[in-house]
Amino acid sequence: MTNALEISQLKKTYSHGVDALKGIDLTVEEGDFFALLGPNGAGKSTTIGIITSLVNKSGGTVRVFGADLDQQPMAAKRAIGLVPQEFNFNMFEPVEEVCINQAGYYGVTPPVARQRAERYLRQLGLWEKRRTIARALSGGMKRRLMIARALVHEPCLLILDEPTAGVDIELRRSMWQFLREVNSRGTTIILTTHYLEEAESLCRNIAIIDQGRIVEHSSMKELLAKLHRETLVLDLQSALTTPPTLTGYPCRLVDPHTLEVEVERQQGINALFSSLSQLGIEVTSLRNKSNRLEELFLSMVKEVQE
Amino acid sequence: MGGQWIAFQTIVIKEIRRFMRIWVQTVVPPMVVTTLYFIIFGNLIGSQIAPVEGHSYMDYIAPGIILMSIINNAYANVVSSFYGAKFQRYVEELLIAPISDWLILTGIVVGGVARGLVVGAAVTVVAMCFTDLQLHSPLVVIAVVLLTAILFSLGGFINAIYAKSFDDISIIPTFILTPLTYLGGIFYSIEMLPPFWQQVSLFNPILYMINAFRYGLLGVSDVSLAGAFAIISATIALLFGISVWLLHRGVGVRS
Ligand SMILES: Nc1ncnc2c1ncn2[C@@H]1O[C@H](COP(=O)(O)OP(=O)(O)O)[C@@H](O)[C@H]1O
Ligand SMILES: [Mg+2]
Repeated sequence: MTNALEISQLKKTYSHGVDALKGIDLTVEEGDFFALLGPNGAGKSTTIGIITSLVNKSGGTVRVFGADLDQQPMAAKRAIGLVPQEFNFNMFEPVEEVCINQAGYYGVTPPVARQRAERYLRQLGLWEKRRTIARALSGGMKRRLMIARALVHEPCLLILDEPTAGVDIELRRSMWQFLREVNSRGTTIILTTHYLEEAESLCRNIAIIDQGRIVEHSSMKELLAKLHRETLVLDLQSALTTPPTLTGYPCRLVDPHTLEVEVERQQGINALFSSLSQLGIEVTSLRNKSNRLEELFLSMVKEVQE
Repeated sequence: MGGQWIAFQTIVIKEIRRFMRIWVQTVVPPMVVTTLYFIIFGNLIGSQIAPVEGHSYMDYIAPGIILMSIINNAYANVVSSFYGAKFQRYVEELLIAPISDWLILTGIVVGGVARGLVVGAAVTVVAMCFTDLQLHSPLVVIAVVLLTAILFSLGGFINAIYAKSFDDISIIPTFILTPLTYLGGIFYSIEMLPPFWQQVSLFNPILYMINAFRYGLLGVSDVSLAGAFAIISATIALLFGISVWLLHRGVGVRS
């Protein structure tokens, strides 16, 4: 099976020297619903920009359904539909024309373009607004217009850059439902977001990007498991030579006086301490091992709330 | 290739719709300005001036005035359309789509040429109210009009690529295009100039276009026709090459 997207050692240095991407690797399987998660300024839009030919890369390779962006740019472009982060349609064009023109740019004949524009505008609840100029739409409608526009040439890979930023909860949920349907019909979807909830509700696989580096690339399940586990560091009164057996708590002896214990969040630590006292192990102090991933999420949550 | 052809048509139609939608801003003003030129320079002042190269002054200036409208409008169409697309970012709709750079450019240029032709025709109608326009060589007229419109559409495109603000799209027309057009012999034959300024004028590309066009209508020209076409064609080839390269590199449109 070909992958929908293969990125290798992708680098981007903007003209005034910002290292936005420091060599990222990313693979998205065909049919996947994939989230690229990361805080503001992490490099999500830069990555999307490079994949969609809007940003020139500084190094690395990108393949879209096997087509190399440098060698077969047309094939790669044809496969992609893009919903960018910022509105980028002609504000003075009627809604329907925005979709029909975009289809035309992809070589869709006018009659087919009109049919598809109708289909997707209806599905996204914009058909009544087809003659309205884009500028007159509400923010949520503009977002949906960009989704309709991205679908008119029926791409195999739909990329959405923060599609629900600034969209109210109700609309967000209906957009999620719509995207699930698009994905279930076989379209691979990649979206960037800084809402963990969004990724959790939609995506099977996920990559987390921070400061231009991929810090996690796994299934949503594994990620959640990791997030629900924390590591406690215990300083011991007397030296141990082998790690103790603590039922339900995997542990590791870092040095004779330091023990690291893995704790599931819902598990609690009372049972841990009763086992320790039964074994006669005296703990002098206890702290959380800092968790890079968790810090990242805390910072994202803070950003969303601000 | 079929897909590319549809994409090309889409661009052209969109460009033409754009300027026709705002015809009050695009087609009417040149007609008003031309009317003023004919009344003031042709009628009031021209009646006091001796015939130039065997033609009444009104007849002599008509070709230059028509061509000036074509130059200005071809340029203005592309520079404002493409800069607008950059400014509102909908140029991205084209950049992500599977269309060759040269075809994007050609589509946009055809839009500029179309506006040049529409305005040129409108202004010609105005001119016909004031003079009996002759048609010495239709082929030369058509060729000059098309090539001139192409050349200035390309100029407008390069201007738009580098423009970073709305001011930047009026600097070139105001400080370069208009002076060159006026000094290109719309209102006079360069033979009226002192020898030194005649020589200087020969470096002005617009002089060749105006004279070739005047030849097409009246049959008189200050410069050789073959030379004029060679210079115009070479300039087009150069500007087209530069434009495709700029688009390919993404100058001004891709970071
Ligand atoms: N056009 C640009 N020119 C210069 N720097 C940019 C540009 N776009 C983004 N950056 C910088 O690159 C980094 C990554 O930005 P971006 O990809 O937009 O992040 P994200 O989409 O994850 O918020 C940031 O430091 C940002 O300031
Ligand atoms: Mg972004």
